[in-house]
Amino acid sequence: MTEFHYATDADGIATITWDVPGKSMNVMSFVGLEELEACFDKALADDAVKGIVITSGKDGSFAGGMDLNLLAVMKEQAGDDPAKGLFEGIMKMHALLRKIERAGMDPKTNKGGKPVACVLPGTAAGIGLELPLACHRTFVADNPKARIGLPEILVGIFPGAGGTTRFVRKMGAMAASPFLLQGKMVDPKKAKAAGILDEVSDDPMAAARAWVLSEPKIVKPWDEKGYKMPGGDPYHPAGFMTFVGASAMVNGNTWGVYPAAKAMLSAIYEGAQVPFDTALKIEARWFTNVLMNPSSSAMIRSLFLNKEALEKGANRPDVPDQRVKKVGVLGAGMMGAGIALVSAKAGMDVVLIDQTQDAADRGKAYSESFMDKGIARKKATPEKKEALLAKINATTDLDALKDVDLIIEAVFEDTGVKAEMTKKVEAIIPEDAIFASNTSTLPITDLAKASVRPDQFIGIHFFSPVEKMALVEIIKGKETGDRAVAKALDYVRQIRKTPIVVNDDRFFYANRCIIPYINEGVMMAGEGVARPLIDHAAQLLGFPVGPIQLVDETSLDLGAKIAKATMAAMGDAYPKSIADDVTFWMVDEGRLGRKSKAGFFDYDEKGKRLGYWEGFNAKFPLAEEQPELTEVQHRLIFSQVLEAVRALEAGVLEDIREGDVGAILGWGFMPWSGGPFSWLDIVGAPWAAEQCDALQAKFGDRFACPPLLREMADKNQSFYGRFGPEASAA
Amino acid sequence: MTEAYIYDAVRTPRGKGRKDGSLHEVTSVRLSAGVMNALKERNNLEGHAVEDVIWGNVTQVKEQGGCLARTAVLASDLDERIPGLAINRFCASGMEAVNIAANQIKGGAGNAYIAGGVEMMGRVPMGSDGAAIAVDPSVAMEVYFVPQGISADIIATEYGFSREQADALAVESQRRAAKAWEENRFEKSIIAVKDVNGLTILDRDEYLRPGTDMDSLSGLKPAFKEQGEVMPGFDKLALMKYPHLDAINHIHHAGNSSGIVDGAAGVLIGNKEFGEAYGIKPRARIKATAKIGLDPTIMLTGPVPATQKILADSGMAISDIDLFEVNEAFASVVLRFQQAFDVDPSIVNVNGGSIAMGHPLGATGAIIIGTLLDELERQDKETGLATLCIASGMGAATIIERV
Repeated sequence: MTEFHYATDADGIATITWDVPGKSMNVMSFVGLEELEACFDKALADDAVKGIVITSGKDGSFAGGMDLNLLAVMKEQAGDDPAKGLFEGIMKMHALLRKIERAGMDPKTNKGGKPVACVLPGTAAGIGLELPLACHRTFVADNPKARIGLPEILVGIFPGAGGTTRFVRKMGAMAASPFLLQGKMVDPKKAKAAGILDEVSDDPMAAARAWVLSEPKIVKPWDEKGYKMPGGDPYHPAGFMTFVGASAMVNGNTWGVYPAAKAMLSAIYEGAQVPFDTALKIEARWFTNVLMNPSSSAMIRSLFLNKEALEKGANRPDVPDQRVKKVGVLGAGMMGAGIALVSAKAGMDVVLIDQTQDAADRGKAYSESFMDKGIARKKATPEKKEALLAKINATTDLDALKDVDLIIEAVFEDTGVKAEMTKKVEAIIPEDAIFASNTSTLPITDLAKASVRPDQFIGIHFFSPVEKMALVEIIKGKETGDRAVAKALDYVRQIRKTPIVVNDDRFFYANRCIIPYINEGVMMAGEGVARPLIDHAAQLLGFPVGPIQLVDETSLDLGAKIAKATMAAMGDAYPKSIADDVTFWMVDEGRLGRKSKAGFFDYDEKGKRLGYWEGFNAKFPLAEEQPELTEVQHRLIFSQVLEAVRALEAGVLEDIREGDVGAILGWGFMPWSGGPFSWLDIVGAPWAAEQCDALQAKFGDRFACPPLLREMADKNQSFYGRFGPEASAA
Repeated sequence: MTEAYIYDAVRTPRGKGRKDGSLHEVTSVRLSAGVMNALKERNNLEGHAVEDVIWGNVTQVKEQGGCLARTAVLASDLDERIPGLAINRFCASGMEAVNIAANQIKGGAGNAYIAGGVEMMGRVPMGSDGAAIAVDPSVAMEVYFVPQGISADIIATEYGFSREQADALAVESQRRAAKAWEENRFEKSIIAVKDVNGLTILDRDEYLRPGTDMDSLSGLKPAFKEQGEVMPGFDKLALMKYPHLDAINHIHHAGNSSGIVDGAAGVLIGNKEFGEAYGIKPRARIKATAKIGLDPTIMLTGPVPATQKILADSGMAISDIDLFEVNEAFASVVLRFQQAFDVDPSIVNVNGGSIAMGHPLGATGAIIIGTLLDELERQDKETGLATLCIASGMGAATIIERV
């Protein structure tokens, strides 16, 4: 045995300890499943064993879940019939957990059987919770840091090892929904209060052993005659209302784009009407269905496997540890204040610089109010707040920067201002410090010209609001060296965000894709497409906000500024469009977006969005004939996706994984698709190229098929097949 | 081809569909049997006089379950050789019963039928038979299921009807229905509901609110706003299906939607030989029938495509129709019909409709065919068209022509 260990003692208790070697947290594998079954069979067969305790050898956790690669392997091993392979593999898992749950009881009388307790030192997620749920009683350590729940839905699948069926049977569809449909994780006390776990204890092992030896009743409610589902089944009057509401809310909240949410709800609905074992079979069929959906593979790949790989430094140059001890943040505006906050939170000392003490203090006050909110929500304490604030030195004194090892400059977006600041600061900071600019629009290579050490100059582009957005875009200028890249990556890892590393080009990667998306939306509004149709079209694709709403949030004057700067930079090559007319006119009208409480939408005094501003269509009249939804959607998708392909062609992106993860985390690009490259792989390059041709013919050259995509269409290649990590390794 | 004629049409008065409604004490079986007996007596039917009784009913559980049609036949004075067929096409069930009967006769399957329907909404609540379309995620999510009130509000939003227009239609429905009762225009067809001793339980529609005006309706809150905008948020689904809309305008309430009532109706349909055999005169021919499906989210626009289809199938034009009955399930349903065909509101629902008198789901289709025929005779007009919107996105229509 390597992952599960078996021991018996004089009390007649068999203890099965899960302890995967070389991992800080247990993860279920094929070997694990086999060993667990072998241990359990042994305990059942041994007459000296009165009861069984399943626990973990890891400090503070039971298990983190399933090795998601296991599902891919099940699929691959089934050859021509992956659905069959998955279904049978899942049913085998059900059989094992069901064997534990029945524990040798007589199928008719429910007599006999051995009590099975599960002892959780802490965190139990995914199958790490589904296994305990199959046991007869769960004992969890009073460990407030432990996270208990089923987060599967967040990576595009659902709890498929009986978790869905057992949660609903245990607590009813309504109470189970936040855990199943939102992947809500709670601490042990809340898990007990919700009815997920049975006992919270300082010494869960002792409590479990005592329970096992007490000859307890072990039959599950759903295996007893007369079992009724809490809250009612779908055709019970109360249950009916729950299920009507569930379909509507899940559909509405997800805009109908997540196959896992739909499949899970079907598994719940269909399972609720049949006996338990049949319900497990139904759960397995829908789980298989989700795993067969390309969306789930793409989501697992981008949101789990690749996101983690990037966070662990998949593209980090081989340079010694560059972790940051003290960071200097130049500019205490919204971005600088946020950067100071996340840095201090990660334990770094922060020097927060601005031109006046007032401005610097205001930047620091942002951290203070952030922590106050945390205290109000019981997520922080006054002590933690004081400790965090003590780390931030808000000052106007550049000399305070003399011992920082990283500078993040977030001053006014102007090359001249930034150049002056770079020179001043480089004169003070240590020679080996790295200088990073948080510019979102100015080329790093240009900014680096002001530096005496351009190999130590880099871009670290945060998204707003800094403390919420998970992505950080690291930009290499022409002369940026490996150590600067490693420094930026190590810093991003310290603040627990996800990095992508890109090469320098206009708008880098994220903004390069977002700007055409917004432009396309504004263009359509100018053409007379109904604004709700434009925004809803985006939301129905899975974008968090439509382009019209987005431009109101980011502001029209920023759009105008970018357009003017781009015009100046591109000269005659700039593709003028009605989007510019709309933007400039809106700015002239003083309708800058939410910040001026007037934009494409009307707002109330508090800045709450009301309806679309009717005056807009007086200037840009609604078209008599409105386009089909799919046409609007194709324009919105392709405006972004083609930019991502061009970024890859131009070498701005070096790794499509970064293109996918960055798109989802950076601007919420259709998470169900796994990102722009995954989406292209789902729809296929030939189809995408055809759509480009159709869009180009109707709407212009911005939709011209990039040569790379054309070539891939001709060869019927996929992005992950050609550019994925396996492909480049081969 | 054999013609199918209407020889007689009767209906019970409609009682309030709640515990204090006058018909609440009456079973679905007895109410149905009363209608069948009235048709038997009024037309001197004897023995195996009709081929079948086709009986529409929506909520087919409990006393309305177990093939109510056959149970009611056995409880009536009809011959036991007459079977019974229970059907459900939601709100058009009563009309579908008539249409099926007519088409059977036209096809030569039998000389005569009794067709109609019943709904005791106070005794067997709407929705108590379950409905997978509302709760089965694999259907509900795919079709963007929303309740009918939301659908009615989608129609109002999509086609631009205001609360005032809807209320005005409701006020007019009440005015017309009150006037019709005042002038005894329903006299020919209303059969009093009697108890086992022959004592009258109800002989008049009791749901009406005469004197309803714009003022009295203006205070009513929109009935579907909460479930649309808050819990569980059906408006979002409406916008997913109709993405060009910004928001749903909730204009419907109890006063401009159909009433929940108990009631039953029956129509005696036969070929020429049937009339000759019993010495009764045909009142109208059933000229055409139609049914159609459509988007289940907006659900209730069915009268428009059903009417387009029935006119096309029978080679007629909208101008060939003298009078219309368009079931007043919700005000916007009728407003949309009038808008789509640009018909004069004065020839639509001449004697009021379901907003004023109530909508006993399984019976209404048969009721409005009877009401239409009565009014054609009263005005001495030729051709009438009756149509209903139907749950889950369907529509049905019937054209009758006096002979």
